[in-house]
Amino acid sequence: MSKNNNGRDVIKTVNAAVSEFHARQEELIPILMKVSQELGYVPNDALEQISEVMHIPQSRVYSVASFYHMISTKPTGRHVIKFCESAPCHVAGGKAVWDALLEELQIKPGETSPDGKWTLKTTSCLGVCAVGPVMLVDDDIYGNINPDQVHDILERYE
Amino acid sequence: MKIKRSMVLVSSDPHSIEKGSEEIYSRLVDELKAFNLSDEISLSKVSDIDRIDASPLVIVYPEAVVYGPLAPDDVHFLVEEHLYKGRIASRLQAPTKELSGKIAWISARAGTLPAEQRIVLERAGLIDPDSIEDYIIHDGYQALGKVLSTMKPADVIDVVKKSGLKGRGGAGFPTGMKWGFVADAAGDKRYVICNADESEPGTFKDRLILEGDPHSIIEAMVIAGYAVGADEGYIYIRGEYTLAQARLLKAILQAKEMGFLGENIFESGFNFDLHVHGGAGAYICGEETALIESIEGKRGEPRPRPPYPTTNGLWDKPTLVNNVETLANIPPILRNGADWFKSFGTPSSPGTKVYTILGNVNNTGLVEVPMGITLREVISIYAKGMRNGRHFKLAQTGGSSGSIIPSVLQDTPMDYDSYAKAGVSMGSGALLICSDETCVVDLAKVLLNFFRFESCGKCNPCRIGNQRAYQILNNISEGLGSTKDTNDLQEISKWLYEMSNCGLGQTAGSPLKDIMNYFRAEVDAHITNKVCPAGVCPMSGKTATTV
Repeated sequence: MSKNNNGRDVIKTVNAAVSEFHARQEELIPILMKVSQELGYVPNDALEQISEVMHIPQSRVYSVASFYHMISTKPTGRHVIKFCESAPCHVAGGKAVWDALLEELQIKPGETSPDGKWTLKTTSCLGVCAVGPVMLVDDDIYGNINPDQVHDILERYE
Repeated sequence: MKIKRSMVLVSSDPHSIEKGSEEIYSRLVDELKAFNLSDEISLSKVSDIDRIDASPLVIVYPEAVVYGPLAPDDVHFLVEEHLYKGRIASRLQAPTKELSGKIAWISARAGTLPAEQRIVLERAGLIDPDSIEDYIIHDGYQALGKVLSTMKPADVIDVVKKSGLKGRGGAGFPTGMKWGFVADAAGDKRYVICNADESEPGTFKDRLILEGDPHSIIEAMVIAGYAVGADEGYIYIRGEYTLAQARLLKAILQAKEMGFLGENIFESGFNFDLHVHGGAGAYICGEETALIESIEGKRGEPRPRPPYPTTNGLWDKPTLVNNVETLANIPPILRNGADWFKSFGTPSSPGTKVYTILGNVNNTGLVEVPMGITLREVISIYAKGMRNGRHFKLAQTGGSSGSIIPSVLQDTPMDYDSYAKAGVSMGSGALLICSDETCVVDLAKVLLNFFRFESCGKCNPCRIGNQRAYQILNNISEGLGSTKDTNDLQEISKWLYEMSNCGLGQTAGSPLKDIMNYFRAEVDAHITNKVCPAGVCPMSGKTATTV
């Protein structure tokens, strides 16, 4: 994932996304998703550029970007952990795993670790409830986690 | 198409992938090539196999031999023995264990799952979801052919009405009636939308239908379009379901190539075009008007209703919005007739229901059974009893917004009418079964936390009510509850129901209401005696920090 947030890269990424989906209001969400995936988040420059090429007020672009959980408007760490905190995972022992995760990372939900490696987020159901508790590290889903496995799972990421 | 003599399925659920199923798959590809078998044997990945004890799995049909857990180095031996020499490689076979309902046709052969009846999941796990030929061989696009060549739109709606099919998304609205509203709405342009924004915690039935049988939804949507007079459709699928999205896109291309989508379908003069629109992570977008806003590229905030989408939907045009499971029922109903469909389930709720069974039970997974089965039957037959010999305490139906079912309602038939009479709702089909180790205050806290997180914030009762209820519950769980809290919670639950703009807020209070009805004593113990009977709540006496 390109982490280059200098002006040129952002503009290029936005323009590529807009030409892939076309500059229409109904494509705003796919465009924002794409930019968020490419840059790790949607920086202010990108909001400005989207607003300009799509002729949509920047306030509205921001209001859409900040509404959806899969679009980030803040910088994230190299790896994003999304921990499912819905009831099925909670009942299956999610609380103990969550505590182990907080202990291991030493950051609060929503925060990024000082070394820029981890961002911890909570998420609603990921749709794999039969194997709860579940967490997502970047695009990798881990199911049936117990607290002892948390350390080993995190070890796998550079 | 080429005739394949065997079909090999490789499990690719998250658990299997973690254990190396991708490597096994690529080794299989290589080995089949090496033995020159690639043309005779089809190879596909399936994600709905519930054999975590033995994953990664490889299943070989038609013999239905299950191999696992497999290591990549076993692949050569497996291919040589079973597929080349034709002998079962018994040393690699999975240990025998009764399968849960996930692979219906194996369990059906063994007769291990009584009463299981597959209509919407008939093909899931049985066919290669990437192959339109597989779908066609298994009765696919037959209903569409019949509809377009022999039926008028009004006849189609009539059959759906007579079948008694009710919306499977949670609300249980009669499907045929909804189709009728859209067909009768004024204007030329209409839309059909498939609501695949399955986000209700504990529900993943739609994912399995979309991943396992994507063509069934395409076929159903073309039929729906013909019936209501729409020539364009959208499948709104949640952003997290990337595999389902990819399979749908592929299926749409195949259907277009074969002429089941596009212009002049079956030479009938009927045109239908279909788009896939991915969500971006918002529970509220499962609400139909929020979903429509989201397709239009806006924040997913629900519209006031009325007017309903049936008259003023997508871009203000009449729009039919149906859930995935509802649509999956459409082709079988039109193929076999309304009377056939009514032979399953109960008179007021015909057909089957897909349940996802979760929680403190021995077997978690998914079953499709006729409407009207009871919770006790689900727990004893499919879930194989409570885990660790614990006792049943409560079940939550239909995800976060569903009802809390106490043990006194364990024998109430699960159909829309019986549950409505008992004052509870069935919801989307999730069954979260909790043992006596669960604390109701803790559970309510988790549920309210979900709603305060997912509330879109547009209307005050929902935005403030859920936040306030969460704070009160949090205080109770820390041993700081006061006697007026129970009253406040009941009031909030009532306000949420009466004053919220959309279904999210209206149902957010229902677990609270049920807990106050059935588990009042346990909540009171927290407040007056400062004791959590289940021993779950922290009861620290300190004010918790709430985010």
